Amino acid sequence: MTHVLKIENLQVAVEGKPILRGVDLEIKHGETHALMGPNGSGKSTLGQAIMGHPKYEVTGGTITLDGEDLLEMEPDERARAGMFMAFQRPVAIPGVKMADFLRHSTTNVRNPERKEGEDLIPMKDFRRELKDKMQQLQMDMEFARRYVNDGFSGGEMKRAEILQLAMLQPKFAILDETDSGLDADAVRLASESIADIGREKMGLLIITHHDKLLVHNPPEFTHVMLGGRLVETGGSELAEELHANGYERIRAAYPEAEAENLAMAGE
Amino acid sequence: MATDITPDKNAEAESIGEINKYDFRTETEAVFKSQKGLNEEIVRQISAMKEEPEWMLEFRLKALEIFESKPMPEWGGDIDINFQDIYYYLKPTDGQEKSWDDVPEEIKETFDRLGIPEAERKFLAGVKAQFESEVVYGSVAEDLEKQGVIFTDTDTALKEHPELLREYFGTIIPSEDNKVSALNSAVWSGGSFIYVPPGVKIEFPLQAYFRINAQNMGQFERTLIIVDEGAEIHYVEGCTAPMYSSDSLHSAVVEVIVKKNARCRYTTIQNWANNIYNLVTKRAVCHADATMEWVDGNLGSQLTMKYPAVYMLEPGAHGEILSIAFAGNGQHQDAGAKLVHAAPHTTGQIISKSISKNGGRSSYRGLVRVEEGANHAKNNVVCDALILDPESRSDTYPYIEIMEQDVSIGHEASVSRIGEEQLFYLTSRGLSETEASAMIVNGFIEPLVKELPMEYAVELNRLIQLQMEGSVG
Repeated sequence: MTHVLKIENLQVAVEGKPILRGVDLEIKHGETHALMGPNGSGKSTLGQAIMGHPKYEVTGGTITLDGEDLLEMEPDERARAGMFMAFQRPVAIPGVKMADFLRHSTTNVRNPERKEGEDLIPMKDFRRELKDKMQQLQMDMEFARRYVNDGFSGGEMKRAEILQLAMLQPKFAILDETDSGLDADAVRLASESIADIGREKMGLLIITHHDKLLVHNPPEFTHVMLGGRLVETGGSELAEELHANGYERIRAAYPEAEAENLAMAGE
Repeated sequence: MATDITPDKNAEAESIGEINKYDFRTETEAVFKSQKGLNEEIVRQISAMKEEPEWMLEFRLKALEIFESKPMPEWGGDIDINFQDIYYYLKPTDGQEKSWDDVPEEIKETFDRLGIPEAERKFLAGVKAQFESEVVYGSVAEDLEKQGVIFTDTDTALKEHPELLREYFGTIIPSEDNKVSALNSAVWSGGSFIYVPPGVKIEFPLQAYFRINAQNMGQFERTLIIVDEGAEIHYVEGCTAPMYSSDSLHSAVVEVIVKKNARCRYTTIQNWANNIYNLVTKRAVCHADATMEWVDGNLGSQLTMKYPAVYMLEPGAHGEILSIAFAGNGQHQDAGAKLVHAAPHTTGQIISKSISKNGGRSSYRGLVRVEEGANHAKNNVVCDALILDPESRSDTYPYIEIMEQDVSIGHEASVSRIGEEQLFYLTSRGLSETEASAMIVNGFIEPLVKELPMEYAVELNRLIQLQMEGSVG
């Protein structure tokens, strides 16, 4: 069966203010979608709402994964159902080692029925797998002993997110500006890593306002968000066009969405 | 237990232990009946029961006078104790009369969840007075004995090493110190006595090998540790299983003397039942170039008031206090530390971490004092509080008294709440909210937990997990 993530007429508000005003998007397993758009257009909000951040209130519409209602699930249930988001700015958890966190996380995602306190995946197996994945991503093993995102450089944070993606092997992954703040080499490494993990093994939604990641991971679909709506959808040529020419054409073509975007960005 | 610690007299000591037990049974029922309340007569009876030397009786009686004359401290937590409604001395046999059926369900459940072995459970719940651990301990004891280490309970030490007791007992914490230390001085029983001879370094944490010992965990235990010049010891007391007692007061006194170039670390992890007032006085003196470290973990109890202290008496002395407190529903942890720089070039550090949950209250109360002439003293205090919900509370009472110009003193304090972003990050990776909170809390105390012997660290993490689930009795 081909897994399908389906978003219909999604409306999301933050602290009472509407951000997303009716988003429709369908991603099939194995597809790569790019989500582009100017700052403040609502791209990250879509990612947060899909994962269930409590601050992002869904005021209308639906999100389903293979027909199951994601909106009914807590964030951990969504992860166990096969959803993943690489954070734009992952938060530090001082005192918690990457390896301990990842072992918990991997166990829960692989055994969705696991109850608190039940056994974790065996340490030996976990270590071996983690080591393999880290070598593949050219990461030092020392990294596993560091505290989660604590004192990480921008590049380290993003690589740690990709490592988690590699370990958790979700059905669908949202990469929220995984390329921002990285230099060209780091972007290439990140892109190659994603390709190594296997784009075809998941559905990808790459949120970006550059096209750096997309050069290495050409999307089948490109969506443009403005003022909390998807105003245009095309192929990889649309991403290339936006990268070359910016959002002037889009802003001019959709004055209503542009007005809403300006209003949101102005807040 | 106490009696098997001087192995060259092992056989003899054990048989004495046996005889004593029977003696108590036959003899005491005639002359001594355990009764509630406190007066001179009871203190005299306790001393007579233990066949103590005259000086100890006098010490007790003087302490009783001090106890009666001192008011309860007005700071700290709310204390509502009827001192006349407490048994101050129980015959060793009394402890065994309780039945497993009397132990509250939630305590039994916690034993289950911590995976405490059957034999230990009965001991911990006070059903069984002793836990048989001689098998494990035997070879260790022999090894210590060869090196001249004395490790016994304080009552036995008073009989077998009266000269050491006479010289040091009550010198670090005099009865006048405070009301509860006076009470302990009047009615003390049990506790550990350790003497480490010059230059002897004990490589393993003592007591971790036989962490359960009836004599060591009395209600008014009295511990005295002397680490002679150049010697080293790490002593561990307590365990993370909940200690259930029908008595409502635990009041211990711990005195430590760390001589020149010596080193002592004293680790405590205790998890008291929710009805207990845990009022403990702990103090160490540190001589030239000596190091004293208190590692102190406080869970459970109704109210804990405990401020381990280090007095740095000579140049080069170093004092360090690491403490963790977890205050849950109905609990007040008033914990902290005290460092006194009484000589030049002394250094001290306090790291305190507290967690408050479900309406619990934790307070950090610390004193740093630099006395006149203690130039080049260095001291640093870090206290961090984590509050898990709006019903819970945390307070900080730092006191700093400096009588010298040329010193370096630092103080940092932080109060934080578990962040929504941290919880979302972890839950979005498949951790339940409870697992995520426990992980954040364990991370918060990690800097202290990594100082603990492995088995204690593991148990503490598990215990915090249980506390987070709110299912601990």
